[in-house]
Amino acid sequence: MEMLYQRDVYGNTLVELGKVNKDIVVLDADLSCSTRTGFFAKEFPQRFVNFGVAEQNMMATAAGLASCGKIVFASSFAVFATGRAWEQVRNSIAYNNFNVKITASHAGITVGPDGSSHQALEDVSLMRVIPNMNIIIPCDGPQTRDAVLTAANTPGPFYIRLGRAKCATIENKGEFKLGKAQTLTEGKDIAIIACGSMVSEALVVVDNLLKKGIKTRLINMHTIKPLDCDCVLKAARETKGIVVCEEHTVIGGLASSVDEVVAENSPTKVMRIGVRNRFGQSGEPQDLLKEYNLTASDIEKAALAIVS
Amino acid sequence: MYTPDQINELQEKARQIRRLIVEMIGKAGSGHPGGSLSATDLIIALFFSVMRHNPKEPKWPGRDRFHMSKGHCCPLWYAVLAESGYFPKDKLWTLRKFGSMLQGHPDRRTPGVEVASGSLGQGLSVALGMSLAGKMDKEDYRVYCLMGDGEVQEGNIWEAAMAASHYKCDNLCGILDYNGFQIDGKTTEIMNLEPLRDKWLAFGWHVININGHDMQEILSAYEQAKKIKGKPSIIIARTTKGKGVSFMENVVDFHGRAPTKEETERALKELE
Repeated sequence: MEMLYQRDVYGNTLVELGKVNKDIVVLDADLSCSTRTGFFAKEFPQRFVNFGVAEQNMMATAAGLASCGKIVFASSFAVFATGRAWEQVRNSIAYNNFNVKITASHAGITVGPDGSSHQALEDVSLMRVIPNMNIIIPCDGPQTRDAVLTAANTPGPFYIRLGRAKCATIENKGEFKLGKAQTLTEGKDIAIIACGSMVSEALVVVDNLLKKGIKTRLINMHTIKPLDCDCVLKAARETKGIVVCEEHTVIGGLASSVDEVVAENSPTKVMRIGVRNRFGQSGEPQDLLKEYNLTASDIEKAALAIVS
Repeated sequence: MYTPDQINELQEKARQIRRLIVEMIGKAGSGHPGGSLSATDLIIALFFSVMRHNPKEPKWPGRDRFHMSKGHCCPLWYAVLAESGYFPKDKLWTLRKFGSMLQGHPDRRTPGVEVASGSLGQGLSVALGMSLAGKMDKEDYRVYCLMGDGEVQEGNIWEAAMAASHYKCDNLCGILDYNGFQIDGKTTEIMNLEPLRDKWLAFGWHVININGHDMQEILSAYEQAKKIKGKPSIIIARTTKGKGVSFMENVVDFHGRAPTKEETERALKELE
């Protein structure tokens, strides 16, 4: 199984973009080694700006660059990109509907040993409440490239959420289209809607459930905003219920998005796998996933609770 | 350098713009007259003498950029844009009304406004972005950014100040409208800014201190800033809040209060 760092793919894709589009500009706030924007900095030093540890300045400057026709990728860790600079993102970037693509790494609990201050568990919520903002959470390396290319070629602000750890490449996902979910397995007993790192956890669950005679519709909801509402509603209507999985708080992210659509249009049972109103802590990713009930077995339990 | 006639013409323009500001805010029933009036002379000099711009072609790539970081003073910006010909003057009377292109704080739906503002402290970064884009594109345009004095209490300003000097943004010129007041009172009492000159010097900027109501000093300051290479410049302009209307001058209440109908009439009479 191919294992890739999404960050590596991000850095390489920026270089690829930089070669064909002179308007691509990349910004970072002293984390260019970690986020891999350093790859671009090496190739195109004139179009890379390092702000030092100053995320607010980076985001508002990104707006100024975009006002002059630049397509700006601005990177940091997810906590700082979305939290520290939230109001700059709201007022200077999103309100102007500027071409700024915030691509943040180190999202979620699997950041691991760095602990709570560095584990973004509410970044998606913070970005989702802002009008004009598009949000993509790629599930693996190759999809990171799709997300970055799509963001570069689609006008307006984006938030792309990447993890820290290596992740397994998921085969046969089909074409990537913004706002169009990918159905990875067909089934009418239960639907699992997952994003990011939780997609590969969910794939394990699909096999386990099949052994029990339960057919799962697994949906990779890579675009949180605009949400593929048709796909959610089809799942609500054609299965017995939905399990939503995200490496993020259940407040305001994918789970909330699904809940909102379902509640308004086609109420069904929705179980949420995510972090429940807690901060993170230090530890190895596997231990943390267990502690915060984000494992395949947690997903399976939720699915069985609906089916039985 | 500038003839007395040129100076007189700009001063006359300033008087007209001050009238528009007072009338606009009076009609709107809300808005920020104090800081609009204090920065008027600085912005008049920019738009009617210093800046390279063409109202008929607002997106001309080589245009000088202006960004009003202290966005609450947009009545000044709107009046100057209308006077320059970016949009018809009668639009000014729609300020702050539902459906108007003249929002309560600057917005890109207004011709001539490049980037929205209103949330203090972000504008110097926005201007820095414009400056960096100009350098990347090898364009020789200049970028001007108007800041308030209370505004530089925001940390974001100093992040931008540090970066602009690090990247040697000599195409960037800050303008600080130092009228000495913020909403809650005098800056010396709310949060002292001094020593302000030393702060900007320490951040690597070329600092020009002037009287922000002396047209000759203002024009000379802009000329001086253009000649400075390798670092950004800031014009720290001592001004009077509410300048030109006796009962608004140095009255903190008029930071964010519209004049009543009667006050508007009195103010217009003073500005005749």
